Amino acid sequence: MRGLFLASACVCIFAVGVICYFLFANGLPFFAKYSAWDFITGTEWAPLRGIYGILPMIVGSFLVTFGALLLGAPIGVLTAILMARFASSRVVRVMKPAVALLAGIPSVVYGFFGLKLLVPFTRNMLGGNGLSMFVASILLAIMILPTIIQTSEAAINAVPNSYYEGSLAMGATHESSVFRAIVPAAKSGIVSGIVLGIGRAIGETTAILMVAGNQARMPTGILAGVRTLTVNVLLEMGYAADVHRESLIATGVVLFIIVMAINFIFSFINRRRVVQ
Amino acid sequence: MSETGATTPAVDITVPTRPSMHLGSRFLKALCWAAGFVTIGVLLLIIAYILVNGLPEFFSRDEQGTLHFKASLFALKYNSRNLSMLPAILNTLTMTALSLLISVPLGVGGGIYLAEYAKPGSKLVKIIRVTAETLAGIPSIIYALFGMLVFVVTLQMGISMLSGALTLGTMTLPLILRQTEESLLSVPMSYREGSYGLGAGKLRTTVRIVLPVAMPGILAAVLLSIGRISGETAALIFTSGTGTGIAGINDSGRTLAVHLFKLQEEGRAVGASFAVAVVLLIIVVLMNALSSYIAKRLTKKG
Amino acid sequence: MTNFAQNSRAVHTPGQDDAGTCFNIQDVNLYYGSFHALKDIHMDIPARQVTALIGPSGCGKSTLLKSLNRMNDLIPGCRITGKVELFGEDIYAPQTEVNLLRKRVGMVFQKPNPFPMSIYDNIAYGPRTHGVRSKVKLDAIVEHSLRKAALWDEVKDNLKKSAMAISGGQQQRLCIARCFAVQPDVILMDEPTSALDPISTSKIEDLVLEMKNEYTIVIVTHNMQQAARISDLTSFFLLGEMIEMGNTDSLFSNPTDKRTENYITGRFG
Repeated sequence: MRGLFLASACVCIFAVGVICYFLFANGLPFFAKYSAWDFITGTEWAPLRGIYGILPMIVGSFLVTFGALLLGAPIGVLTAILMARFASSRVVRVMKPAVALLAGIPSVVYGFFGLKLLVPFTRNMLGGNGLSMFVASILLAIMILPTIIQTSEAAINAVPNSYYEGSLAMGATHESSVFRAIVPAAKSGIVSGIVLGIGRAIGETTAILMVAGNQARMPTGILAGVRTLTVNVLLEMGYAADVHRESLIATGVVLFIIVMAINFIFSFINRRRVVQ
Repeated sequence: MSETGATTPAVDITVPTRPSMHLGSRFLKALCWAAGFVTIGVLLLIIAYILVNGLPEFFSRDEQGTLHFKASLFALKYNSRNLSMLPAILNTLTMTALSLLISVPLGVGGGIYLAEYAKPGSKLVKIIRVTAETLAGIPSIIYALFGMLVFVVTLQMGISMLSGALTLGTMTLPLILRQTEESLLSVPMSYREGSYGLGAGKLRTTVRIVLPVAMPGILAAVLLSIGRISGETAALIFTSGTGTGIAGINDSGRTLAVHLFKLQEEGRAVGASFAVAVVLLIIVVLMNALSSYIAKRLTKKG
Repeated sequence: MTNFAQNSRAVHTPGQDDAGTCFNIQDVNLYYGSFHALKDIHMDIPARQVTALIGPSGCGKSTLLKSLNRMNDLIPGCRITGKVELFGEDIYAPQTEVNLLRKRVGMVFQKPNPFPMSIYDNIAYGPRTHGVRSKVKLDAIVEHSLRKAALWDEVKDNLKKSAMAISGGQQQRLCIARCFAVQPDVILMDEPTSALDPISTSKIEDLVLEMKNEYTIVIVTHNMQQAARISDLTSFFLLGEMIEMGNTDSLFSNPTDKRTENYITGRFG
């Protein structure tokens, strides 16, 4: 039995190995035919003419994520502070499941909601056709809220009470003790929650595809459409063949490397926190 | 103290005794409440919007104006007129069952190994943890590529429920593995000692004593996985595909989430889409509620 | 030193004389839920002296200490009756601003609890809380407080270093310096040396003896030699009651109550 248990545990290692192998084995041959430099820095994506530049998508992914952070990080962290230190236990009993529910809503439902409500709303209020980086960022901000809230709340709750007492004993109010002693002490945990949120945002596909317009060109404004790396794969994989198909897998490789780098930063921050 | 000697400082160092207004932190506290309201408000908005627009789609009015349940939404066969979601619901059930069949035994077995058998801190355990964390962090579009390249193409399973389930099984594995490990670790040592004291072996102790105590935690993870499986789209489109019929293991079949995505992509049937969104939402709310109910009972007992 | 004393007295409550009463505690009863933790406590704590509270674990001495700056407000289910006056003001009166009370009555905890920030920011925390913004003034307060805590020479080149990186004894002196920075009248010390080695302990004890020139010190200690070494007055607690209070020398040499004698001769506790 022990062997069987061990084998199941090792499936994780095996799966990561297989994912890496197949991704790279199918993606890297593309670079034999197309210069990696042109692929990553090219600003034009025209598979029919054999031009594969994914810079617009790289920029698109980062811009959409940045927009999501701009909105989602403050709301998420402040909500976490509220739940950890200001709200009564009755309020927290309502908020916790609500945040878990927010995490559970499928991205296709988020996308649908964005498409039906946020896109027309943006079109009417701000102009453009509504399918835009703006809406994609708002939607992503909502989607990363639970990640940021849950991680930050745990970090704030883990701050030793002695810091709080020490601050009160010097005559600080509850509020200023929270913001000036407790939250700074939970800083690295909060940052790691935000990094985790970045990972989620960069990897999100379906919801963005439904609201972002998906034009494969350099983004021109927040009300204009944008295409992310993830969307590029999902949108064209269905009909792509040969080099085009390989270029999409290569897009996946680039995305994979970016996400791995973010996860590495996350675990690095986390490990440093544990050492502290 | 005396050797350093505190000299008189050149500047005035008195700290005011007047109460500071603490305006900054009061303002931040108000912002916290505002943020909390936004978070809850957004959730309520999404749910309300989908329910308000979706629920009426389950009913139709005849000439007399009486409401009828629109049974055609649940016809056995899908066609472009009735837009039935029944096949998709059944496919979602199949997909969930198949995926769990893969991830639960592996995840629970692996969790048992990590919690009960492995030497804590050993190199292997570290590698397993890191890879589980990696798996949990991989975006679903990468799983889509993985499933397509490995199961559909290389293993020649084609676009089928099986390919999709293997992909989602891998995707939900880390969730179940980690939750199992944590639940097992939180079982008090005394239970194990009690069992060993009666002469029971390791396996018997684990399966008969420790595992049942940890069961609610594992169950909560399974329920969350069900939520994720039924909500997944990106990873399924190129693995289990978009077939509209009730799919067998080797057929292509769309789950509810994929159904919603395709209806939307095809740009028709807004009403039916809302109805599908309602069903999806209900599944997720149900799974979440069950999961947190179980988790609550768990903490109450502990 | 004396200059600072005048300087600090300028912001103290008027009418405070060297020999006055700092805390006047009358008929105090304190309950944790249904547990009666302090029973009919009456005592006067004189200003600018060191008063030690001793007694076995659970006798209520820490509870009494915490009720002097209302840190017991934090404990759910805690209820207090009676009167605690600080220089004649009832600190439990409804109009009392708890934050200003705690500014006047500082506290040093059993385990050093510096904030996880730089040494400088730890000291500047209090003044900033009370509205000091000027960099020049903060610099002066930091230096002055660290000098008074005999820590300046050890850390002056590393003010930006994390307070978590210095030794436990230095951390505790940092916490004392942190108290100085808000210029309190009273400093409460809750077994401040119980987590420290003998050398660090003796440094803190030296510091306490210096501090009483300017501050009223109330110290809870488990260590009877410590009480004997540094306090002017000692008060013995048992099971929530104050058994005896008096001049430290006479209490230790000639206790009036049998239970006090048993305790200080080590027969229980």
